[in-house]
Amino acid sequence: MAITEQFKNELRELIARYPEPRSALLPMLHLVQSVEGYITQAGIEVCAAEVGLTTAEVSAVASFYTMFKRYPVGKHHLGVCVNSMCALKGGDAIWNRISSDLGIGHDETTADGQITLERIECQAACTHAPVMTANWEFMDDMDETKAVKLVSDLQAGVEVRSTRGPKIRTFKEVSRTIAGFDDGEVDEPAIDDAMLVGLRAAKKEGN
Amino acid sequence: MTVTANSNASNQTELISAVIDGIEIRVPKGTLIIRAAEQLGNQIPRFCDHPSLAPVAACRMCLVEIDGMPKPQPSCAIALTDGMVVKTQQSSEVAAQAQAGVMEFLLLNHPLDCPVCDKGGECPLQNQAMTNGRAESRFEEGTKRLFEKPININSEILLDRERCVSCARCTRFADEIAGDPTLELLERGAHQQVGTADDRPFESYFGGNTIQICPVGALTSATYRFRSRPFDLISHNTICEHCSSGCSTRTDVRRGKIMRRLASNDPEVNEEWNCDKGRFAFTHTVIDRISTPLIRENGELRAASWPEAISFAAAGLKGKRAGVLTGGRLPQEDAYAFARFARVVLNTNNLDFRNRTSSDEEAEFLANHIAGSGLNVSYRDLETADVVVLVAFEPENESPIVQLRLRKAVRNNKLKVIAVDSAAAPGHEKLSAELHLAKPGTEAAALSALSDKLKGRNAIVLVGERAAASAGLLSAAVALSDATAAKLAWVPRRAGERGAVEAGLLPNLLPGGRLLSDATDRAAVAAEWNVQQLPTAIGLDQKGMVQAANAAKLDAFLVAGVDVTDVAYHDDFKAALAKTFVVSLEPHYSSVTDYADVILPVGVITEREGSFVDWEGRERSFTAAMHQSLALSDARVLHLIANELGIKFADDAKSAALHKSLTELKSTTKKPAMTKVSAVESAGLVLAGLRQLIDNGSLQNGEAHLAATAREAVAKVNAKTAADHGLIDGNLVVLEAPGGTLVIPVEIAAVADQTIWLPLNSDGSTPLINLGITIGDSVSVKDAGAYVV
Amino acid sequence: MTKLVPNLSAHWDEADSHTLTGYQRHGGYTAMKKAFELGEDGVIAEVKESGLRGRGGAGFPTGMKWGFVPQGDGKPHYLVVNADESEPGACKDIPLMMLNPHSLIEGVIIAAYAIRANYAFIYIRGETPHPIRRVRQAVAAAYEAKLLGKNILGTGFDLEVVVHSGAGAYICGEETALLDSLEGRRGQPRLKPPFPAVAGLYASPTVVNNVETVASVPAIIKNGAAWYKSFGTEKSPGIKLFAVSGDVLRPGIFEAPLGITMRELINYAGGMVSDRPVKFFVPGGSSVPLLTPEHLDVPLTYEDMAAHGTMLGTGTPMVFDTSRSVTKAVVRWIEFYKHESCGKCTPCREGTYFMVDILKRLEKGKGELADLDLLVDISAQISGRSFCALGDAAATPIPAALKYFREEFESKLVGAK
Repeated sequence: MAITEQFKNELRELIARYPEPRSALLPMLHLVQSVEGYITQAGIEVCAAEVGLTTAEVSAVASFYTMFKRYPVGKHHLGVCVNSMCALKGGDAIWNRISSDLGIGHDETTADGQITLERIECQAACTHAPVMTANWEFMDDMDETKAVKLVSDLQAGVEVRSTRGPKIRTFKEVSRTIAGFDDGEVDEPAIDDAMLVGLRAAKKEGN
Repeated sequence: MTVTANSNASNQTELISAVIDGIEIRVPKGTLIIRAAEQLGNQIPRFCDHPSLAPVAACRMCLVEIDGMPKPQPSCAIALTDGMVVKTQQSSEVAAQAQAGVMEFLLLNHPLDCPVCDKGGECPLQNQAMTNGRAESRFEEGTKRLFEKPININSEILLDRERCVSCARCTRFADEIAGDPTLELLERGAHQQVGTADDRPFESYFGGNTIQICPVGALTSATYRFRSRPFDLISHNTICEHCSSGCSTRTDVRRGKIMRRLASNDPEVNEEWNCDKGRFAFTHTVIDRISTPLIRENGELRAASWPEAISFAAAGLKGKRAGVLTGGRLPQEDAYAFARFARVVLNTNNLDFRNRTSSDEEAEFLANHIAGSGLNVSYRDLETADVVVLVAFEPENESPIVQLRLRKAVRNNKLKVIAVDSAAAPGHEKLSAELHLAKPGTEAAALSALSDKLKGRNAIVLVGERAAASAGLLSAAVALSDATAAKLAWVPRRAGERGAVEAGLLPNLLPGGRLLSDATDRAAVAAEWNVQQLPTAIGLDQKGMVQAANAAKLDAFLVAGVDVTDVAYHDDFKAALAKTFVVSLEPHYSSVTDYADVILPVGVITEREGSFVDWEGRERSFTAAMHQSLALSDARVLHLIANELGIKFADDAKSAALHKSLTELKSTTKKPAMTKVSAVESAGLVLAGLRQLIDNGSLQNGEAHLAATAREAVAKVNAKTAADHGLIDGNLVVLEAPGGTLVIPVEIAAVADQTIWLPLNSDGSTPLINLGITIGDSVSVKDAGAYVV
Repeated sequence: MTKLVPNLSAHWDEADSHTLTGYQRHGGYTAMKKAFELGEDGVIAEVKESGLRGRGGAGFPTGMKWGFVPQGDGKPHYLVVNADESEPGACKDIPLMMLNPHSLIEGVIIAAYAIRANYAFIYIRGETPHPIRRVRQAVAAAYEAKLLGKNILGTGFDLEVVVHSGAGAYICGEETALLDSLEGRRGQPRLKPPFPAVAGLYASPTVVNNVETVASVPAIIKNGAAWYKSFGTEKSPGIKLFAVSGDVLRPGIFEAPLGITMRELINYAGGMVSDRPVKFFVPGGSSVPLLTPEHLDVPLTYEDMAAHGTMLGTGTPMVFDTSRSVTKAVVRWIEFYKHESCGKCTPCREGTYFMVDILKRLEKGKGELADLDLLVDISAQISGRSFCALGDAAATPIPAALKYFREEFESKLVGAK
């Protein structure tokens, strides 16, 4: 997709939120990913021009952050947490299974461009280990079976819902949300039993 | 034992007292521990630390113990405070172990390729690994980080990433000192590496400094790579010949060949930086050299012996109406020899060093306000000023060390820079300069309007050589200086120009800042030269001599260091040379030797001793880096000609004697103010431009790597002018003038109205040659269609 | 038995707990009115008096941090909420932002008011779109209700709040790295001094507070410092969100007074998931040294954890039973630190590289006894020598693991039985 004037206006909208333009750079790069699917040279150039930096400065920033990708990401980005807690509770098994099923490794994309796999770090959801992410939406309390189904559903275009969040859309669409544009999914439920264990225990005690 | 810091600052600044390794030391408040330790002769090991860069405390090599602090602290980032007790590696096991630990970490991923690394033998990592590291690695079985090697970060700098220790000196230099953040740290963690954007190289006029400050062999020079070992080099203190900045440099020679040139540390002048032209352009010293005297016979040059050639030259000059033209390359002492030769031997004041656009107004300005003014404005003054006004002077291109010092002052001391010029330049942005755009010919008015901004403030006005192209501008600068008490300095572009002024190489000026029109001054000079009297009539300037020759009113020229294409009237110039007897003193074949009747080869700058006078008025003496050379100096050749003519010219043509004689003539008498000159504005569209730092200048010959870092040549106009003349951003424009046409891409930019700006001597942009016009002259333009690369 | 005290989590079982209506139903946005009555310095005094300490891991007294901001300096002041929750084990701020974002927004209003900031930023880690949605909505709702913006509630106090997304860098949880990141730079920590309170965001005085810290403020203002101090201990007053993960029956979030023990939390979580007992637990994220079953009854307070050689950290214990490999857990943590090291300083950048290299060898059964000592030595060469606390954190897991489980490491060496 090309960098359009409308896209530039959205970059400027992000810039306008901050007292200093450069502060908008991370959201701007997310927005680049929402149209380009990754951080392209054109994306770097337009960001550099909009905030008055050299392309080297923008590249320096883009390459620092894990979420900014140098190569095209698939329609869906799947993360498998392999930090200690998740790995021990089944994350490694999940990774091995779907990596082998899909025939791709870390930071690789299936030949059909559908799925990119990433070994991700802690997602702040250890109470729900092992955790996966689908376009960064939580997929909690996973196991091999659920992971395989998640992959096949996404491949088949079957609707998949985040365990704490909305239905799974695409990497590009979520990149736009992360960049700071509302998507109407805010009221999708974020609650589950693990979130309520403490409250229920307290209520049972009568506190 | 108490050691007190011996610095100028200590006279004014509060001193504090602290203890390092049991030794009490008194230093100015704010002194970093690492600097204080240096004064005790204690070199705390370091990589990221650099005195000219802001502390980052990233490499952690300089950790020391400080009483009362639980962890070892980076001595590069902490100032000594009164009563502080510091223990370095010399007295603290904690510090020594911390340093050894960091060194072990640094070496994990560093290759063991010292035997083939340019840095080997002068490498801080190598040295400090010996002094502060473990004897053996504990990473024997480890897997090292590998990178493809080397990569070009620009045409003249190569990067071996696996050698890099992430000290970030290079990237901080690019950002802080040069203002060119095009070299950056990329990636993160163990993958972090130095690099550029995918689409552009490291773009900086000062990039070569990163090679010099790299504490490992990660950055190397494309020209020097694998050519020598540091311990095979003989180093010579030299002064850069490329501009009037006056950089102190180090020329490293191996077996009679220059291998490389580095910046030397001169705190008063270039600190420890130089520009890439100064660093990399030295091949000119060996190419196109003239090895023997040559005499033209029947239109052809033939080799001659020195006695024959000298006698031929002397005969040709004898009793002739002659003029002397010198360019900007001459050391002060040789310039002085020409000034004396002209008056004593040729009996004329027809002499001019200004092989460029010049004016009578400028000659008077130089004679009355610059010559003999000494160190009126210094680099240090720039640093402490409140306001600096740049008049027809863009320092990044025209005197790059001035640019760096101004940038330093802008960043550290809140200096305000105001520029009066015809076009915005990248250098202005790096100085956060307030820009007053003025069409050539109208700058005087723009300048006069600044008076309120300077009054009551510590202000300095810097005018450049281009000011001579705009009638009334120099006298307006003098008026502004008088009205506001702002100090005034002239920053010529060429290295030899200020020295030529001091030597009296002008039709109206004698050596030592003495006026030709002043009888007392004339008498003083005549006495020093042991002659009865000097020619009294004001001589002709270069253009005047050319016209006189073409009108058969001049018979001979004595020429040194001149290229006829440096002036718009080059066709007339060539005609004049063709009509007259020309004695040419040159190291290289040139556009003048093409017309010479006799060519007397002289040495290049690296083969001689002498001094330049930088723009400040500071003498910058140097010795011969190629001291085995048998090449003669210009002064020596003049001496031989004078002897041949039987005229007692000077007792001694050696540089030291000439320097002494010139020094004796120095006059500090205040001279009358120059005549006020009125501005003249050409109607319609006019030409503007400057000579970019890296361009087709002859001293850059033979430097392909350097040439590839030149800025692209484009013409610039503002949107209104473009609309008025039907020019389209990104298209080609054709410029037309009586001398010819020139086609070049055009860009809409911040340029004065009714002005088209272009580089004056770059690839694809040589308007003086193609159009025969110069700054301020009228030019017509039209769109020439799309620009297809 | 220490009782649970649902405060921030009290209404998470209500479907609209994340909305303005839901928040206001239970007295939301009344604390800010009281704060305006107290005045700026009154709020700082009250928070100081409450003894609230930073909930992001370091435990620095919040009121004192606010008090460091110079007043009348003529510069803009900034409040920055650190919502970059990324520490392995920590999973409390993300649920809080999803389920009770308005407590954070009200806390932001009060904190910004106290430090005289007219601009606040909430820096949320980029990998969590749903919390970003919910906090963005909460901010929008607060603007709509005139609780943010110009002249809030007629007090003359103006406040703009920007919700900002990170892009995947654990180091941005370090407050100065977060500020660089928020300025659109590489998230590498800054040299201190100057401290953020003097020269933070845009070189102006800035307070950086954790989500839970800021969200705790409204209840403190509403109920008073005395109420808050009635919970916990003298040195660790108040209530905290404890997120218990691992081999317990019901991992989850428990809001309790500081001083609750690990054994009590495990009980609230329904006990262990199987009959296998606790092998080790990490009280506050991977950056704090692990503890063993003998520490199950140590109160979870800043001071008691310190007395036992560890730290309360984020207060999000990870519990591992006897089926779990401590070596594998440690390998993944060190790999995490290697991946997240920013690269600025040598000890962290190269030391984590060195450790991972050795640990990989150990995992393959190719390690030797000397490697264990080398690992301890490397940890010591990083600890206290790195630029920021990330290096110190990376140097933490190995010495603690070897202290308690050396035999397990030794059992994986070359020639081990």
